[in-house]
Amino acid sequence: MGKPTAFKEIVREVVPYRPPAERLHDFEEILTPGEDEHLQSQGSRCMDCGVPFCQSADGCPIDNLIPEWNDQVYQGNWRAALDRLHQTNNFPEFTGRVCPAPCEGACVLGIIEPAVTIKNIENAIVDRGFEEGWIVPKPPSTRTGKTVGIVGSGPAGLAAADQLNKAGHTVTVYERADRIGGLLMYGIPNMKLSKSVVDRRVDLLQAEGIEFLTGINVGQPEDYSAGHMVSIMTEGGIGMSQLDSRELVSRHDAVLLATGATVPRDLQIPGRELSGIHFAMDYLTRSTRSLLNYGHHRATELSAKDQRVIVVGGGDTGADCIGTALRHGCRSMINFELLSKPTDERTAGNPWPQWPLIYRTEYAHEESANRFGEDPRRFALLSTEFIDNGKGRVSGIKTIQVDWSQPSDNAPFSLVPGSDTIWDCDLVLLSLGFLGPEHGISDPLTQSTNIDDAKWLTYTDRSTYRAEHGSYATGMPGVYAAGDCRRGQSLVVWAINEGRGAARAMDIFLMGHSSLSLPD
Amino acid sequence: MDNRFRQPRRPVGLYRPEFEHDSCGVGFVAHIKGHYSHSIIDDAYTVLRSMDHRGACGADENSGDGAGILTALPHQFLQRVVEEDIGARLPETGSYGAGTIFLPQVTEEREKCKQTVESIIADQGQTVIGWRAVPTCADEAGIGRTARLGEPYIEQLFIGAKSVVDRAAFERKLYLIQKQASHRLRSDPAMVQANMFYICSLSTRVMIYKGMLRTLQLMDYFPDLSAPDYTSHLAMVHSRFSTNTFPSWDRAQPGRFMAHNGEINTLRGNINWMRAREGMMHSTLYGSDLQSVFPVVEPDCSDSGNFDNVLEFLLMTGRTLQGAIMMMVPEAWQKHETMSRDKRAFYEFNSALMEPWDGPASIAFTDGRYIGALLDRNGLRPSRYYVTHDDRVIMASEVGVLPVAAENIKEKGRLQPGRMFLIDFEQGRLVPDEELKSEFSQKRPYQQWLEAGRIQLSDLVPGLDVPGLCSDTLLPRMKAFGYTAETLHFMLIPLITEGRDPVGSMGNDSALACLSDQPRMLYDYFKQLFAQVTNPAIDSIREEIVMSLACYVGPEHNLLEISDQHCSRLLIEHPILTNAEVSRLKRISQRDWKSREIDITFSESTGEEGLLAELKRICGEAEDAVDQGFQLLILSDRNAGPDRVAPSMLLASSTVHQHLVRTAKRTRVGLIIESGEPREVHHHCLLIGYGADAINPYLAYEALWQVSRDGGIDAAQFTDDEVVKSYRKGVAKGLFKVMGKMGISTLQSYKGAQIFEAVGLATDVVNYAFTDTASRVEGIGFDVLAQELFRRHELAYAENIDFQSSVLPNPGEFHWRAGGGKHGWDPQTIADVQQAARANDRTAYDRFSQQVNNEARGRYTLRGLMELKSSPRPVEISEVEPAADILRRFCTGAMSLGSISSEAHETLAIAMNRVGGKSNTGEGGESPERFKTQSNGDSKRSAIKQVASGRFGVTAWYLTNADELQIKISQGAKPGEGGELPGNKVDEQIARIRYSTPGVGLISPPPHHDIYSIEDLAQLIYDLKNANPLARVSVKLVSEVGVGTVAAGVVKAHADHILIAGDAGGTGASPLTSIKHAGLPWELGIAETHQTLVMNDLRSRVVLQTDGGMKTGRDVVIGALLGAEEIGFSTAPLITLGCIMMRKCHLNTCPVGIATQDPVLRKNFEGLPEHVVNYLFMVAEEARGYMAQLGIRTFNELIGRVDLLDTKEAVDHWKADGIDLSPVLMPALKPSADTGVFCQIEQDHGLDASLDKVQLLPMCKKALQTGDAVQIELPVANTNRTVGTTLSHEVVKKWGEQGLPDDTIVIRLAGSAGQSLGAWLANGVTIDLKGDANDYVGKGLSGGRIVVSPPAGTGFSAEDNIIVGNVCLYGATSGKAFFRGKAAERFCIRNSGAMAVVEGVGDHGCEYMTGGRVAVLGSVGRNFAAGMSGGIAYVWAPDRRSLKANCNLDMVGLENLSDFDLDELEEMIQLHHRYTGSDVGARLLSQGREPMKQQFVKVMPSDYKRFLEQAQSVSPGISARSPVSPQA
Repeated sequence: MGKPTAFKEIVREVVPYRPPAERLHDFEEILTPGEDEHLQSQGSRCMDCGVPFCQSADGCPIDNLIPEWNDQVYQGNWRAALDRLHQTNNFPEFTGRVCPAPCEGACVLGIIEPAVTIKNIENAIVDRGFEEGWIVPKPPSTRTGKTVGIVGSGPAGLAAADQLNKAGHTVTVYERADRIGGLLMYGIPNMKLSKSVVDRRVDLLQAEGIEFLTGINVGQPEDYSAGHMVSIMTEGGIGMSQLDSRELVSRHDAVLLATGATVPRDLQIPGRELSGIHFAMDYLTRSTRSLLNYGHHRATELSAKDQRVIVVGGGDTGADCIGTALRHGCRSMINFELLSKPTDERTAGNPWPQWPLIYRTEYAHEESANRFGEDPRRFALLSTEFIDNGKGRVSGIKTIQVDWSQPSDNAPFSLVPGSDTIWDCDLVLLSLGFLGPEHGISDPLTQSTNIDDAKWLTYTDRSTYRAEHGSYATGMPGVYAAGDCRRGQSLVVWAINEGRGAARAMDIFLMGHSSLSLPD
Repeated sequence: MDNRFRQPRRPVGLYRPEFEHDSCGVGFVAHIKGHYSHSIIDDAYTVLRSMDHRGACGADENSGDGAGILTALPHQFLQRVVEEDIGARLPETGSYGAGTIFLPQVTEEREKCKQTVESIIADQGQTVIGWRAVPTCADEAGIGRTARLGEPYIEQLFIGAKSVVDRAAFERKLYLIQKQASHRLRSDPAMVQANMFYICSLSTRVMIYKGMLRTLQLMDYFPDLSAPDYTSHLAMVHSRFSTNTFPSWDRAQPGRFMAHNGEINTLRGNINWMRAREGMMHSTLYGSDLQSVFPVVEPDCSDSGNFDNVLEFLLMTGRTLQGAIMMMVPEAWQKHETMSRDKRAFYEFNSALMEPWDGPASIAFTDGRYIGALLDRNGLRPSRYYVTHDDRVIMASEVGVLPVAAENIKEKGRLQPGRMFLIDFEQGRLVPDEELKSEFSQKRPYQQWLEAGRIQLSDLVPGLDVPGLCSDTLLPRMKAFGYTAETLHFMLIPLITEGRDPVGSMGNDSALACLSDQPRMLYDYFKQLFAQVTNPAIDSIREEIVMSLACYVGPEHNLLEISDQHCSRLLIEHPILTNAEVSRLKRISQRDWKSREIDITFSESTGEEGLLAELKRICGEAEDAVDQGFQLLILSDRNAGPDRVAPSMLLASSTVHQHLVRTAKRTRVGLIIESGEPREVHHHCLLIGYGADAINPYLAYEALWQVSRDGGIDAAQFTDDEVVKSYRKGVAKGLFKVMGKMGISTLQSYKGAQIFEAVGLATDVVNYAFTDTASRVEGIGFDVLAQELFRRHELAYAENIDFQSSVLPNPGEFHWRAGGGKHGWDPQTIADVQQAARANDRTAYDRFSQQVNNEARGRYTLRGLMELKSSPRPVEISEVEPAADILRRFCTGAMSLGSISSEAHETLAIAMNRVGGKSNTGEGGESPERFKTQSNGDSKRSAIKQVASGRFGVTAWYLTNADELQIKISQGAKPGEGGELPGNKVDEQIARIRYSTPGVGLISPPPHHDIYSIEDLAQLIYDLKNANPLARVSVKLVSEVGVGTVAAGVVKAHADHILIAGDAGGTGASPLTSIKHAGLPWELGIAETHQTLVMNDLRSRVVLQTDGGMKTGRDVVIGALLGAEEIGFSTAPLITLGCIMMRKCHLNTCPVGIATQDPVLRKNFEGLPEHVVNYLFMVAEEARGYMAQLGIRTFNELIGRVDLLDTKEAVDHWKADGIDLSPVLMPALKPSADTGVFCQIEQDHGLDASLDKVQLLPMCKKALQTGDAVQIELPVANTNRTVGTTLSHEVVKKWGEQGLPDDTIVIRLAGSAGQSLGAWLANGVTIDLKGDANDYVGKGLSGGRIVVSPPAGTGFSAEDNIIVGNVCLYGATSGKAFFRGKAAERFCIRNSGAMAVVEGVGDHGCEYMTGGRVAVLGSVGRNFAAGMSGGIAYVWAPDRRSLKANCNLDMVGLENLSDFDLDELEEMIQLHHRYTGSDVGARLLSQGREPMKQQFVKVMPSDYKRFLEQAQSVSPGISARSPVSPQA
């Protein structure tokens, strides 16, 4: 398998992004199409390990058959590679673009050399499949007569829908936004995952018989804040219809909650009430809607153009905010990170095959440096106050430096005296992660009034829906939960893992057995 | 008498009586003209006593394993004693029969036996003359306790002939009497001592005295033998070395017509085929009486006994002794191109009658009229003879067993492979083999018969439509037959692209089939057995000349006749049939042959419960077809599909075979398989091993054809025909290897030989379908087999078509896969143990050990099913022996420098030296720089020095620098196989310490060529003990059924230490078939060994170690509880050093610098000794925790305490439910209350009596101390073994590797030297022997000089006679040897640097040679230079064609001598002449250079030549002139 000595002879080279100077002018995908020859030679670096750690618990959550398809690519058998890729992954075109690739972190070659470019290869296989027309709708040959309702059309919901549909169940997916895809649609900006790629897959699923219903808000109506998805939709003129949770449950033989972890973590410091401070999702959603509806020809509701922008929080979403703001034409860009700057190499406490906690420069950081001449990130900063410009709008953030090497009594870090700084800004984007799912949909399912008087859905301490990984069953018979709403915020690939697992559990619930495959 | 300790005839615990082995010394003395004398008896007795060291005794040193003598019927003597003792008169010679009979000691039972015998005699119309109690003197002879336990009452019976036409007819009557009496009495359940009844002999011509005696006790025990009027013209003697020491008088030899030194490897098959043939036998000589003879093969016999049974039967039904032997043990005729046509036809004809009884053998046989001897086809036993001027012949396993004056010797010879040595007393002469065989082969027109009779596949009418590839249905069919992605990737594709059984590395750590959650193929439940110690594996590649696949199949005819009809059978050259061939067979019509196709598939709706009924249906159809006269049965599963389920073809075919054997119909029909199931070599082995005649693996072809179409292999190269051709070629190689592993050379004898052990199959399955296969822990029944079958079927033909996946599943059997089968090493365990070892992180270790020990995970091994009982009285952990003490019991496994990098190798050594454990060199020598201690106190010296079959770098200095010398008999990952280090791994350093050439590949032979039997092992142990008296000698065995018995023999061979390795052990490279399917778990092996040794009271003399996948403290404790004092680890320490189980060792691409010699990759090595130390301490600490819980304070108290183990209370596994570990957990039976259960007694190696100790060391005391020269003259006898070795040890100990200057110590010997003369003889020591020598002269020669020449006054021409035995200069590394005369088989094999001159050699000369120079001034035998990769041989060959025919040209070329070469040769001959006074040498030198150039041929290894040419172009200083390897 592979070429036994290739790893010695060929160095890792990833498929390049478009040059920053070029890509900053549009929202088109940053990733360039890979060359066959390049990918084949990169595939040959795969060592066909006796114990492929890329499939381990530290590696790919859906146990992609990485050594198998790497070898097929090396041999130029793209079709065979695609067959193997689809064995475990419903949406390689998503993970191939957005996954941080824990498989590469666990790659055995990573012990001595940079890892195999697994993610690039995955992406190339599936893109090739679409290009060649190998991926066509394959509706199930028979139907079971059972119906399944899935709430939420993010990666978990879609993976479950795909699997359950394959098993012959009639699947309806409920989405409150105007477009299908959840986080894939509005959470990840277009340059990272083109919305046409999402639509392509959704169209395929639809052609295979899955029913998608948009603009449906399941659960109790609430007062939504300005940045909430329902508010954005309503503002955008989307007519929302409401569907009672219990009504939904009684409508279907089984229901899956795949609503994501959409409650953002807030930064409750003085001045939080000022205008110009937005949650990242609010900003990103509006940006993408604007792009899709108007191609950015019309000013967005929330643009960073000519603004001095500070992004608080250093994760992937933070980076996406940076990339988006740069494309909007921001005047300056700073990114706060509470943690210290990671080391360039693994530390002793972070051995292989664990995910390497090392300093990485993402596309947006590179772009920011390209635009402004320096990396936007500032590490070990704790924000202490938003400064008012006197007109109720934010004009800056006050921070203090933290020292992680000196824990204090009430925090794992201490404050560095005299390190107070004020950073000027016009727009603050909060990207501090997510707390858990919203409960509007689930609260009605938590208490006994009706519905067979059975058991009920409950929450964990972290506010997620309580269900075991593997069984995915909430306390309520026939009601399942998967994805971020169950496990808390995580990766797209984990959402696929959960969607697939839940589908199998539901299939067994419905039929008594299941032929659906299951990741470990 | 205590009956508890009679020989267990039934399994006890893990012990199975049928795996007892023996091996021996055999010899005879005869007067060619048939003159009777008593001196013949005395001489034979001298011969016997001189071979005492070839026999053995057990714990009780006065109980021998058996000794006996066969003589002519001493008529004069008998007449006298019969009259004196019982007052009867014997009639004249020939008209009475006499025999020695063992009878029960219990009087009533004895009387019953005698009455029964008398009534049988009466029934047969003969008269009883009387019974004479044979006088025995147990006390005077000093018979030991064990022997006395089984001592029978011995009487002689005399039967008078009545109304028989001639002597032969009377002999036949005696045979009937003997058989009927044995059948009736030996199995009589009413008698307690039934199996004491045994008829040693009953004949008009010969008489046997034997018993469970030591050789020295025979004459004293039987005073009869000393009577001066006891005369004979022949006397055959035998001394037995049995692996066990249970009392068994009847197993002593000679048998009734033969004595055997060797082992029949194919016994089960031979027995089954004999049984099957009985249905077709009829005899005009016996008529209806013949039935009362059956079964021909008696139960409860040793393999020699079974052979004797059949030989006797053939003789009594009309064959001659020599004819019968030629049929049972044929020469390797198939590939013998120079054999005459007639002789080949004769053998080929015989092969249509009977399969060979295959195995190493030296058989001496006699019926009184003839006496003869024969060697097996591969010459695996020594047999030497003298013919004297006074008409005597002395034949024995050794020379020098009877002193004969030099001038009386007419001829000195040896038995040659497959050749027969025969004396015809009536003609009064020796009949040469050629004459004998040409007489036999011309008796009948065999060639004509064959040409007219045999049916060949190519003669048959082509089939109508030959099925090809059906792509559309291929994938589901593959899934239904259990194909996986791995089948293609690891097995089928490499099989055809590499043309051999695919190679892999590291050990098998996946679940036993019976514990696996995956549906497994039935084949996975069987483990291949292999030869170890008691017989050698065969090198099927280098010694291919003895291997053969061709078989006659289809109906046999009456074995008791010979006619042209007998070869009217179908000749199948290769057991793997093409689709075209099988369709021809379906339509066969030649000679009215018909074939019947039986569809083995059944309707899916029948369900799982239907399996057994379907098997019965298939058997019924098969039997009907036989009854209806069909000649061929074709079992087919072609109809398998969505609605038709195919039961395992192995199950179906073996069931049919067993059924037909049982009903004695099997030999009336050929059994052909057409199946989608078999594809791997192991599958074919099993099908054939359980009786199939030929196999058409159609799905394997189709799968590969599809791969070719899909671009997985080069379609241009692999056309459909080429795919089939390559597949068959690869499988043939694989079959040879598996057969060779067991020491079997022909497929015909492998067929039906059932050389497998089942693990995890229930008794009802085994009894029904795989009768008599060992299966010791029970397991799954037909219900689970059916479940697995239906699971596969469902996977293939899922109801919902949407789930019929487009790719094959990958269950992760070879490489770990997420969601696949369990492996001992998975990502989590590797990551955790690395973290634990690197950071000394106890938490990580706990995670690791918990996962490994955890019951769910642990269930991939047998120990996973065991539970440590909690003691009601646990002790405080502080009271338990400290970890540091436990660490001293830890060893790392044998991993050679070569298989792993020097960085890894040295790190392990340092780590083990730091903790007081032992590291192991592995096979490959060790650089002497490592013997010095480093400045920081660390040492890189490996305490254990391995001595493996390649003997790389095994010098006197190497052996001296060891605490333990380990003889590697087998290796867990590839028992019965040798190894190869590919040229790309042989770098400068490795070549230097292995005494070889960089870039030239190295071969380790499958067998040690100095261990073909247990007494050979005893000899090697003795050799090594002499080479380093302070080191303990260890023998490494691999777990398989019978290993306990082998181990008992090894203890009797005086090993100090035995390692029982498990099947999970690792390897740097081995065929996957072996990694996966050979050997058994260590749990079974160590438990069986402990039980057997305790039962034999041998346990207290030996330290037991076990290894094979050890990981945690729990493993250590279980190892001890099952019987081990020491524990070995290999993979786990490597993992702590960075190994991540890439399984790429064989490719040299280990990315972490462990299993590679690539300098770039070696830089990646990041392991430190601390990592190993940390890990082992944590293991020991964990073990202490368990000890505390068990309430045990010291390790020794753990040993053998199986009572502290329990099978898990709740075994919750769909398959494991049926497993029964009680035989493993059975406490060992102690012969007495004080029997030791761990090592407490030191072995007595008898070194104090050695010539070195008694004479040489005292005489060389000064020379050793000061280096002053000394000259010694001494007589020598064959009982002086290993002369000069201890002396050499002292030389290097004092003077270091370089020894002393040449000729500092000169030892002149006269006589016949014992085995291993001058083994590892060091620089500065010269041995000059006048006389002759036995096997292994100059083994491991390390710089000394050995000269052997006949004494003055010899009456024969030296160059025509044999002067030294087999396997001389094996593994020699430097030094010189000159032999004036011929050497026997395997001269100079694996020589890596010595110079040798000899005047002719037997077969396999210079095999595997890697360096040095050899000049052969006479002819060479067959297969010369096989596997020779270095060094040069100059061979005298005026007739180049015959040299070419005898040379194995795979690795060497034949060249003319250059001037340089001629200089070298001339110098060698000059030396030879100077030292030996050789006539040949003188003649050659006097002829001058030009004739010499014409007459000699240079045998030059091609790789070596390439190296020399390259080296010369780089550095002109290096030339082929240097007589030793260029680096030395």
